[in-house]
Amino acid sequence: MKKLLIPIGIIFLIGIFVYTKAVGVYNTFVQTEETVNGQWAEVETQYQRRADLIPNLVNTVKGYADFEQETLTGVIEARAKATSITLQADDLTPENIARFEEAQQQLSGSLSRLLVAVERYPDLKANQNFLELQAQLEGTENRIAVARRNFNQTVQGYNSNLRTFPNNIFAGWYGFERKGYFEAAAGAENAPTVQF
Amino acid sequence: MINKKLFTTLFLLALAFSAWAQGDFPEKPNPPRLVNDFSKTLSDAEMTQLERKLLAYNDSTSSQVSIVLINSVGPYDISDYSFQLGDRWGIGRKDKDNGVLILAAMKDRKVFIATGYGMEGAIPDAMAKRIVEQVIVPNFRSENYFAGLDQATDMIFKLASGEYQAEKGGSSDSPGSALPLFLVFIVVFIVLSLFRNRKDNNNHMGGKHGGVDLLTTIMLANMLGGGRGKFGDFSSGRGGFGGGGGSFGGFGGGSFGGGGAGGSW
Repeated sequence: MKKLLIPIGIIFLIGIFVYTKAVGVYNTFVQTEETVNGQWAEVETQYQRRADLIPNLVNTVKGYADFEQETLTGVIEARAKATSITLQADDLTPENIARFEEAQQQLSGSLSRLLVAVERYPDLKANQNFLELQAQLEGTENRIAVARRNFNQTVQGYNSNLRTFPNNIFAGWYGFERKGYFEAAAGAENAPTVQF
Repeated sequence: MINKKLFTTLFLLALAFSAWAQGDFPEKPNPPRLVNDFSKTLSDAEMTQLERKLLAYNDSTSSQVSIVLINSVGPYDISDYSFQLGDRWGIGRKDKDNGVLILAAMKDRKVFIATGYGMEGAIPDAMAKRIVEQVIVPNFRSENYFAGLDQATDMIFKLASGEYQAEKGGSSDSPGSALPLFLVFIVVFIVLSLFRNRKDNNNHMGGKHGGVDLLTTIMLANMLGGGRGKFGDFSSGRGGFGGGGGSFGGFGGGSFGGGGAGGSW
């Protein structure tokens, strides 16, 4: 009887150890995931802010009768596409992020084409309203960049916590999955050449 | 074998990269200062003058406006560099994020005003842009670096006035601890006067009911309180003066979310 007591005690202790470890790991997963979700909300907010600026920008530019139409419609279409893709915080898989990113990237592209085209309209460039909008747009792009960097940093912490041993085992049990990063846009390393 | 070698090289590369990334940003100044000129553009007197001005503003509003002059931001966007530097140094109070960083890269001829999260309302991007384009750039073009920075900080003060208040008491020494005692004093005063009212009408106030009424007490208390506030202001002002810029308590850990605007000259 006494001989049995010792193994039972040891098993009991190990059980307690595994249990507390599992609970602790689960809680850190949940906490870091919440941080990631918070950062994602910030990213979405900033992209939304940019989308909200665009109608004003388009209206200001529209006032200049001879402004090329296809650039304007390009912006409007890209905006519609970008705002149609929303991503819930609980399915931030790498594929979904890439899809979201692609739509936003198209909008960035058509916006920069618009800003380049504006260079050809000196009185539009000097328009006070347009200047303010341009400053706001720049500020929004800056905020997007900061939000993306913060998001990537928290995702990095989350992913590496998830994939290191022995957390990867627990992650498998609980069903926590890796989250996607924002990648640098394809071709972003070559700055666009501006032609006049 | 090859794998291992590759791994080692990658590891070393990563290490080198991270070291390089660290080295891109100047260390937090020690002792802490609000005006940091790494490009040796401003004279000592000009730096002291700006430091004193920014310090007084920090003391009275708790908003931290910092000026940093460097030679070049290297491969970074000046906006990106400003936000990262502001975050690293933690300009502004942690709970308010009320920091503003004016960063100028002298060799790049670029300047950026970065506003902390809490200052984005007071200084919207369009206003920051206006400060850059109308105040800093023209002055910098004619090499009036001090005048440009001086006027820019004036504009920032004006925009941000009333947004934040310095906390009474708290970290600074005297007035906070005196407040409870002061309240007790007022209560005792009121109670005493009420008691006296009941007992006799022989006071020197001339009124029928006599005694010192509540309103008068509050008025007196306010006057005393006002005096106390003035003394507080005076003592903090003296702190900045005596320290000659050395008495800045350090950055508070505020963070930057991408607000602000820049330009080049």
